[in-house]
Amino acid sequence: MSIFQDANRKQIANRRRVDWLLHILFVIATSVGVLALCALIIDVLVDGVARLQPQLFTEFPSRKADGSGMKSALVGTVYMLLIMLPLSFVLGVGAAIYLEEYAGKNRLTRLIQLNISTLAGVPSIVYGILGLTIFVRLMSLDRSLIAGAFTMTLLVLPIIIVSAQEAIRAVPKSRRDASFALGATKWQTVSRSVIPSSLAGILTGVILAMSRAIGETAPLVMIGALTYVAFLPNSLMDSFTVMPIQIYNWISKPQLEFKELAASGILVLLALLLIMNFSAIMLRNKYQKNV
Amino acid sequence: MLKAKGFKGILMSGIVMTLVFAAACGNNTGGNTATNSSAAATSAASEAPAASEAAKLSGDIKVDGSSTVFPLTEAAAEEFNKEHPDVRVPVGVSGTGGGFKQFCANEIAIADASRPIKEEEAANCKTAGIEYTELTVAYDGLSVVVSKDNDFVDHLTVEELNKMFMTGSTVTTWKDVRDTWPAEPIVFFSPGADSGTYDYFNEAILDKAGIRNDKAISFSEDDNTLVQGVSGSKGGIGYFGFAYFEENQDKLKLVPIDGGTGAITPSHETIKDGTYAPLSRPLFIYVNKKELERPEVNAFANYYINNIGPLADEVGYIALPDEKYAEEAAKLQS
Repeated sequence: MSIFQDANRKQIANRRRVDWLLHILFVIATSVGVLALCALIIDVLVDGVARLQPQLFTEFPSRKADGSGMKSALVGTVYMLLIMLPLSFVLGVGAAIYLEEYAGKNRLTRLIQLNISTLAGVPSIVYGILGLTIFVRLMSLDRSLIAGAFTMTLLVLPIIIVSAQEAIRAVPKSRRDASFALGATKWQTVSRSVIPSSLAGILTGVILAMSRAIGETAPLVMIGALTYVAFLPNSLMDSFTVMPIQIYNWISKPQLEFKELAASGILVLLALLLIMNFSAIMLRNKYQKNV
Repeated sequence: MLKAKGFKGILMSGIVMTLVFAAACGNNTGGNTATNSSAAATSAASEAPAASEAAKLSGDIKVDGSSTVFPLTEAAAEEFNKEHPDVRVPVGVSGTGGGFKQFCANEIAIADASRPIKEEEAANCKTAGIEYTELTVAYDGLSVVVSKDNDFVDHLTVEELNKMFMTGSTVTTWKDVRDTWPAEPIVFFSPGADSGTYDYFNEAILDKAGIRNDKAISFSEDDNTLVQGVSGSKGGIGYFGFAYFEENQDKLKLVPIDGGTGAITPSHETIKDGTYAPLSRPLFIYVNKKELERPEVNAFANYYINNIGPLADEVGYIALPDEKYAEEAAKLQS
């Protein structure tokens, strides 16, 4: 009896140890990411907080760090978001609705599905080359704001489709059945039952995709977003620049002051990202309560 | 019901936002064509001294090309804009080669270049019917630097540099370069193969044989990374534009270079009078002659060449002698 009990106690102690070890491991896994982000933010804050002044938002770039701002880059980024948001929302959610609600479950749909998932993982520079060929050259939109926005729309589309599909799939089948049972058509069911219940998830996906887009540089460099732009684009066909390009330009300058300026630029970009992600969370909470 | 309303609200506000934005943009789309025609109208008057016409200039002057020349064009555009706020000069950094590609496809008015146009590029321009004027705007001196802790290197000859950087080089320590130096391993730093700086070093020192590519050398497109690398390793050596040395004098030691006529340290004077050879290089802009007929492009090109001297010093390059600028300015009149 006592032998049996001892063995048991040992086993339990062992399990506890494993449990405790894994607990520590998971804490470490979490803190690696969080600590890296903290280190980045602290580093950037130290360098950039001194130059976080109104001129950053009101001035155009200049060869002198003291008079330099990122007005054109900030406005370029905002304009691009404004064009992208409705475009990618309509196209992305539309595609997701089709794939989830309308398309038959056949080989073709599976092929499309596979393609979209693959596209979500294609390196962004490839979208730049695609945009350069199609929008800049073939559609001769030149190196303009609209060509940039179209390219970025292509870039985020797969991400939006996949996340919207997941949100739609999470809606219980019983809801659709109930709607059909009341005599609703397919579109009535989709628009009044499925989408409202999945909207939180869809919007979260859209906003997260947008925040990915504002940090992207490679595709825009490829299609020819410019480095020195001392004016605001006032038509869709105008040249433009965006924040990450402006920041990169400042970092690669030899003068130390520009590195500080780049740090404050990064702070602005981070703030914008945080606001967007925060609003994604707020939206999700708001709509989840309603459902 | 409530939920449906919420969804519709968001859809509606999305649509409204798009419309408002499109309308805002639509109002201004006429701007470009209008300025172009007014530019054509004033072109006749542009032969008269530009001073009285100055206030009216407007239009777009697209510039792209070398990232080395970028700070010069940026400075010129910025100052020019103070006099002509309606002329828009966007500047890109596609690299010298990328710039020429767009230049010969008639996509831009001015190409920034850190080397003269190559034969095949010139041929492309010719096929496309594009004539251009080449203007030398400033000099840059490629500076060879070692770590501040390096107390033995007093100068290097071109042959030694060649031996050290050549493809397939067997040099691994400073002792391999000169017998009297210690056997400290050399850590090489170089700009990447896409940069004009690499091209220039390759041509001036290695006779186009190519820079070694082994585990002793690190490449980076970012000159600040090279500065960090060299200053951080005792046996480090690297090269980059003079401006990057000037900004980091406290961390780096400049190496005088002997091109056959005695060791010369790069400085504003030795680069300007050409004694710092073979590592000082001219920087260019190429102006499309057809575009030059537009008054705003003409005004900008003239402004550029007449004012770039002091601006060059300010952004870390070396101005040409005054009489040279006069020669370059004369090219625009022909």
